[in-house]
Amino acid sequence: MSNAPVDKGRRRFLTVATSVVGAAGAVGVAVPFIASWNPSAKAKNAGAPVEVNIGKAEPGQMIRVEWRGQPVWVVRRTPEMLASLDKVSDQLRDPNSEEPQQPAYATNTYRSRKEEYFVAVGICTHLGCSPQYLEDSFGEQVEGVSSGFFCPCHGSKFDIAGRVFSGVPAPYNLVVPPHYYIDDTTILVGEDGEQA
Amino acid sequence: MKQFLKTTLLVAATVWSVAGFAAGPTVPLDEAKVDLHDKASLQRGAQLFMNYCLGCHSMQYQRYQRTFNDLGIPDDLGMENLQFTGDKVGDLITNTMSAESAGAWFGTAAPDLTLVARVRGADWIYTYLRSFYVDESRPFGVNNTVFPNVGMPHVLQELQGVPSKTTEQRMIDGEMQDVYVGLKTDGSGMLSADEYDQAMLDLTSFLVYTGEPMLLEQRRMGWYVFGFLLVFTLFAWLLKREFFKDVK
Amino acid sequence: MKKLIAWFDERIPMTKTWNIHLAQYPAPKNFNFWYIFGVLAMLVLVNQILTGVWLTMNYVPSAEGAFASVEYIMRDIDYGWLLRYMHSTGASAFFVVVYLHMFRGMMYGSYQKPRELLWVFGMLIFLVLMAEAFMGYLLPWGQMSYWGAQVIISLFGAIPFIGDDLTLWIRGDYVISGATLNRFFALHVIALPLVLVILVFLHIVALHEVGSNNPEGIDIKKKKGSVAEEDKAKFKFHERFTKKYDIVDAFPFFPYYVVKDLVGIGIFLFAFCYVIFFAPAMGGLFLEPPNFEAANPLKTPEHIAPVWYFTPFYAILRAVPDKLLGVILMFGAIAALFVLPWLDRGKVRSIRYRSGFHKLNLTVFAISFVALGYLGLKPATEIYTLFARIFTFLYFAFFVLLFFYSKNENTKPVPERITK
Repeated sequence: MSNAPVDKGRRRFLTVATSVVGAAGAVGVAVPFIASWNPSAKAKNAGAPVEVNIGKAEPGQMIRVEWRGQPVWVVRRTPEMLASLDKVSDQLRDPNSEEPQQPAYATNTYRSRKEEYFVAVGICTHLGCSPQYLEDSFGEQVEGVSSGFFCPCHGSKFDIAGRVFSGVPAPYNLVVPPHYYIDDTTILVGEDGEQA
Repeated sequence: MKQFLKTTLLVAATVWSVAGFAAGPTVPLDEAKVDLHDKASLQRGAQLFMNYCLGCHSMQYQRYQRTFNDLGIPDDLGMENLQFTGDKVGDLITNTMSAESAGAWFGTAAPDLTLVARVRGADWIYTYLRSFYVDESRPFGVNNTVFPNVGMPHVLQELQGVPSKTTEQRMIDGEMQDVYVGLKTDGSGMLSADEYDQAMLDLTSFLVYTGEPMLLEQRRMGWYVFGFLLVFTLFAWLLKREFFKDVK
Repeated sequence: MKKLIAWFDERIPMTKTWNIHLAQYPAPKNFNFWYIFGVLAMLVLVNQILTGVWLTMNYVPSAEGAFASVEYIMRDIDYGWLLRYMHSTGASAFFVVVYLHMFRGMMYGSYQKPRELLWVFGMLIFLVLMAEAFMGYLLPWGQMSYWGAQVIISLFGAIPFIGDDLTLWIRGDYVISGATLNRFFALHVIALPLVLVILVFLHIVALHEVGSNNPEGIDIKKKKGSVAEEDKAKFKFHERFTKKYDIVDAFPFFPYYVVKDLVGIGIFLFAFCYVIFFAPAMGGLFLEPPNFEAANPLKTPEHIAPVWYFTPFYAILRAVPDKLLGVILMFGAIAALFVLPWLDRGKVRSIRYRSGFHKLNLTVFAISFVALGYLGLKPATEIYTLFARIFTFLYFAFFVLLFFYSKNENTKPVPERITK
């Protein structure tokens, strides 16, 4: 044993320095373990944007497509449907779409890029059932409104812009996914496009 | 059952005993000077693969999008020029033939080439691609010096021309004899001999890339890790020296 | 903080365990670099468990999906290639450090009384490790996975009477198939690691009960009262040790050997990471080229060799012209190591104080082991087989000779204390 006094400052510095470097190493080692939980190239490919051809949609018709394993609806709305949107405003929970349930370009009364076409993820914001599209029998649910979406699981109701009515279990409006028009008859669901 | 085991062991034993000369290539291999940083070469190689190989050989573990990204090809350009099977950009590089697993059962299906460079090595592929020659006794009329009795035609003939074994008369032990001196083409191909060699190097490079698409990233990361270890070990060593002052 | 520790200490022996096994655990002061491999084996074990768990998240244990799922991990998963290479390199690294660890034990007589059980636990770890590695090697379902497993499992066919039924039972099919793959997978990821961890725990319990040996082979625990106060090691050791013994030439494991091991770990990681990032296949030794081709039950690769860590034993197997005898000798080579504590009847531990003949014997043994490892990778030509026979003979000669000369060996006097 040497009799030289221990340089406590130096010892503490080296201990802290080695610990810090070691901890940084541990964080570095953790990176691949954590990153490997991200969606793989395969999952990303399966969840790639989906093209929807709307050229043949009749007024009032709904087209269903699958995007990232979820149902996505495209509804071609009639002028009567669009006219009904203003009438129901006072019965809704979030009529002005203040909750971030849609991209900025769909934060309007119609909740869509073009008035005529409504694009939404067909999953109820309550517990994840897929609501039914009631083209002209919605009056049974809400008096005076002929079309909307009704969730059979727990009775949540949405208007034809996917806005939730007050007094039902669902807390938010239906989600509008990112989408844009490649041309007049094709919508790409899953990407905002350059216009965003 | 016993018979089966005996056969297995017999096969294995035979394999071991002949492996001494069977394992080593009979033909000296040319060195493939692969440069994975040369994206132009890899792109040309990809083009050759998609045009000439993919018809029979799949690349079923590799995706188009990954390939395009790594080779510096924009997705839309790649889809237009390198993708002939109508798949999505994120799909695996497959072909219709690879689905016929029945072929695989009988050993005649064209093997998948994603990992061929890891199995055979770059030099082997590079030499193999340049070692076809005319042999009328074979079903496709060609044979290969690296892969004797190869089961595929020379699909690159339109590029290389028709190669054949050439011999020269040489004086050996006081007698004139025919000596095999190498392969020569008849010059009917679209490429000159040098151009063909370069094209095959491109194709080899591409196959080396698909065998280990992560290789460049892997090595780059390796240097950072070394840098970290240097710092860590240095501090650990200083710390050890400091503490061992107590016990010296 | 102090309160929190006290709270735990009242409920679990936290500080006590820390003191007994680290902060107040007496470790001989003269450990050399050979003493790093135990902690490195521990590090690699942790690496194998962590990366193994993560690989399991994406691996598909079926004959149809296994090979593709490995390539899926290598290509489609973020950093999947890194996790896979860490695991494959870790397998080889495990054997590198374990072989060096075992050789350390042989050099310094760490298996001798009172450490026989410690050695036996270590050998059990080695045995389970081999089973673990063998089963793990089948999982990528490449050509070498398949045919390597085929040959090794066929070994059991050499056992008289039950051999054929036994191989059939192990495979669960007439050839190696998805059934074999699935059971190997279950054993590889759950059963054997569990056994391994328990054995490692017992190995350390046994080590800390008897205390570490050292390059001099001299006890650091002296009879209570036999050592003058000024000769005792000037550190506080736990009363568990000082109650019965006087401790000399030692210092606490923490912090001294912990900081020393950190340096060793850093140096080891250089080599480990070199392989991972720059040579994951290690020239075909760690990942064999034919294994990048999916298993094909109808086509044997041109040259089958087991992975390098099995080749010493494999070479012994091949050296013997009779199948059953070959199998017996191969397992005998491992069994001989098991009983080493009883074959060596010497009283002197360290090679430093043993006879010149013992030094020669151990050197020849080490050379034979390495040479057999090399020969096992090579095709069995006539000349190689001859060499394999010679080295097999020398391998076993080590144990036989040791048994006879160790009883009355011409050893040097062992000092009372570790000098330096």
